[in-house]
Amino acid sequence: MHTRILGLAAFAACLAMPVYAAVALSDAAGSYTISPSGSSIHFTIGKAGGGGFDGAFGRFKGTIRIDNADVGRSKVDLTIYPESVGTGQGRIDAFLRSDAVFDSANNPEIQFRSTNVTRTGDTTATVTGRLTARGKTFSEKFTAELGGLKSGTIKFHVTGKVLRSRYGMDVGTPLYSNVVDFNMTLTGRRG
Amino acid sequence: MRSPITNTATRYGWAMIILHWLIGIIFIGQFALGFVMMRIESQRTAFELIQLHKSFGFLLLGLIILRIAWRLGNRAPALPPSVGTLERKAAPLAHFALYAFQVALPLSGWALVSVSTLEIPTMPFNLFVMPNLPLSESDAAESFWSAAHWYLAYAGIALVALHIAAALRHHFLLRDTVLTRMITPSSARE
Repeated sequence: MHTRILGLAAFAACLAMPVYAAVALSDAAGSYTISPSGSSIHFTIGKAGGGGFDGAFGRFKGTIRIDNADVGRSKVDLTIYPESVGTGQGRIDAFLRSDAVFDSANNPEIQFRSTNVTRTGDTTATVTGRLTARGKTFSEKFTAELGGLKSGTIKFHVTGKVLRSRYGMDVGTPLYSNVVDFNMTLTGRRG
Repeated sequence: MRSPITNTATRYGWAMIILHWLIGIIFIGQFALGFVMMRIESQRTAFELIQLHKSFGFLLLGLIILRIAWRLGNRAPALPPSVGTLERKAAPLAHFALYAFQVALPLSGWALVSVSTLEIPTMPFNLFVMPNLPLSESDAAESFWSAAHWYLAYAGIALVALHIAAALRHHFLLRDTVLTRMITPSSARE
């Protein structure tokens, strides 16, 4: 009976506190597999004269490991299959898959391997890692914000800017910006 | 002595001569570029060549507007006496058609990029953003303007070939000044 009351009190306290601030790191710690359902990887590239060019990757896989003792030792691995790029315009998709941009026939994977995770707030962290595309690797930085944690599922909202010219994908500049704005939702399931 | 910039009753001035050759060379270059860019294997090179084709198309349109304005303010010199009656009637028609194609070709290209569902912006020589024509985009409109641009290009190049053949005939067969007066404003052979 007492434990039940305590449980209710803890639940009420959680509701009263700022969102997720109450999430103990130990609750989140563990290994997660990124689940395609509930996850999305969108990108936008600004266009000369205004507006943007939007797309998304339909297929990707990855893991998120949150270290119990040291957040900095947490790890994110993400593999994107550029063949699955979609913009809603078939001719543009074919162009992006071709050797003009991704050359997905010869470079079927874009990989991100985190090297450092720095917590920047209650629910935010900066994830630094090595991004490899078309055989070129550079260090990139993304901002991750915890968007939800419940029953073995963790959700992050990840944003970041990548300069495409470094990866041999500078075609179309300056008509299309060199900066690719990523906007991802990554949902991981424990195990 | 009159300035050789403007036309007189017997010869072309430098302004018309330079515009003629500049437009002629770019026009033929645009035809060749258009032909290559639609057939090249590399999508990247094709994309870049198409942007270059658009840049030169707008340069042509600007030069043609200048040329028409100059032509309206400057009469073309009279044809030499050696030119026959039929040619006297045909030449102005052929020249009018050449002017019409010079305007229609860049405009149809502009319409094509404006209605294209690819929505690729236009930046002539990466200098500034050229707005689209106020036409609504659709796949059907894109097919229409693509075909229009294509047919106009073939008809235009046929007309240019006729124009070149006529100029060569004047120079080598009729041995008159029709070609040479479009090379320099010299009045030596008037």
